[in-house]
Amino acid sequence: MNGDASGAEPIIRIRGLGKRFGDHEVLRGIDFDVLPSQVVVVIGPSGSGKSTFLRCCNGLEVAEAGTVQIAGQTLVDRGRLLPERELNALRTEVGMVFQSFNLFPHLKVVDNIAVGPRMLRGLLPAVAQSEARALLAKVGLTDKAEAMPASLSGGQKQRVAIARALAMKPRVMLFDEPTSALDPELVGEVLQVMKLLASEGMTMIVVTHEMGFAREVADVVVVMDEGRIVEHGEPELIFTRPTQERTRSFLQAVLTRA
Amino acid sequence: MELEFAPVWAGWRELLSGAQVTVGITACSLLLGCVLGLLAGMGRLRPPRSPVYLLCTAYLAVIRGTPLLVQLFILFFGLPHYGIVLPAFLCGVLGMGIYSGAYVSEIVRGAIQSIDRGQMEAARSIGMSRAQAMRAIILPQAVVRMIPPLGNEFIALIKNSALVSLLTIHDVMHEGQKIISVSYRSLEVYLVIAAIYFVLTGLTSLALRRLETRLRAGGLVQ
Repeated sequence: MNGDASGAEPIIRIRGLGKRFGDHEVLRGIDFDVLPSQVVVVIGPSGSGKSTFLRCCNGLEVAEAGTVQIAGQTLVDRGRLLPERELNALRTEVGMVFQSFNLFPHLKVVDNIAVGPRMLRGLLPAVAQSEARALLAKVGLTDKAEAMPASLSGGQKQRVAIARALAMKPRVMLFDEPTSALDPELVGEVLQVMKLLASEGMTMIVVTHEMGFAREVADVVVVMDEGRIVEHGEPELIFTRPTQERTRSFLQAVLTRA
Repeated sequence: MELEFAPVWAGWRELLSGAQVTVGITACSLLLGCVLGLLAGMGRLRPPRSPVYLLCTAYLAVIRGTPLLVQLFILFFGLPHYGIVLPAFLCGVLGMGIYSGAYVSEIVRGAIQSIDRGQMEAARSIGMSRAQAMRAIILPQAVVRMIPPLGNEFIALIKNSALVSLLTIHDVMHEGQKIISVSYRSLEVYLVIAAIYFVLTGLTSLALRRLETRLRAGGLVQ
């Protein structure tokens, strides 16, 4: 559950989520709701199951226990994923941004963004291209439309990846450590774009180690450890008065590192 | 013993037309091999124990495990027992194509598997089906990586094509043997045939190197 008490229907509803890789239990019963326009930041030590949790939210990993519902539709129920056709349709509603960008290296920047809308939303190539250019403008890369991904910096690549996800007009955006592979001086430009999205009311789940971003932008901070949600709440609460010892020790470890 | 090339030069027209047949049959076989290899290579990416996977694996095992010459003879001399008589050229193309397809399938599988898993995940996460992602994202990248090993396969196939001379196909080997049968200059003829194969394979590898350089310049190969 989460700290927000407003009456809106959750856009993501997760109940009893469990996942194991062989003998290793990665997720041990996660319950959580995300409300429309909420920004949820998931933090926790590495190996705590954050990324797996996020990947279960668009079916890249299949949780064998529990359910994930997105906008009222059941994505996964006790290990059974939606049938292929519905799954693909639902995935257009859930954008994903990866730690390693995963841009398509054989396509120009503008085509990286336009390929999805052209193939899946049935847009004419010219329309898809002009939409893609508008998104590039939004992430501040108007002049890179014709570039190949290999010629971009990490920060630019990640901004293109965000634009690519946005091109499907998703209702939710998932960010899997979007700045962890970046040189420190490039982190800011990516966070800037994410803040812009948050201010526009995009629903977001962000797995990150950027505590400043969590504090500034999150509506809810979720602390995970060993496959469980240790605690969650407003950032001020989590960062200043955590109730759990595990949260305190984790925050101490990350915050003193800097 | 002195070498006597005059009878070989006298037959240059036949050797040239034989070389054309060699190139033609190899090219047709490689084309068929690429189609079969693409299908079988993707089939072997299916879950193990699925029917498609088992079928493709059996194809690979049987074809790689038996000599090309035996496969060609089964097509040419064996099938007529069942009333299936195929023209020699078609037998050659089928035999070499099926043979080559087995090797190409491993090239295809390797190239597809070498593409970072994140590419498929990114494509699926924007809503593409597995087939759409394969067509628009994975294969265009994999094809570039297939070119160098496909070049090796093409060169191997050019040389293996000498076997089709035994199916009465008038390739360069067959034409050479006809010259030997009237001139008895086997050493000279075989030296010239070797030189012809050497030129054909050399030109092929040169063309492939050019192609690769161009792809690299285009930023498609790292």
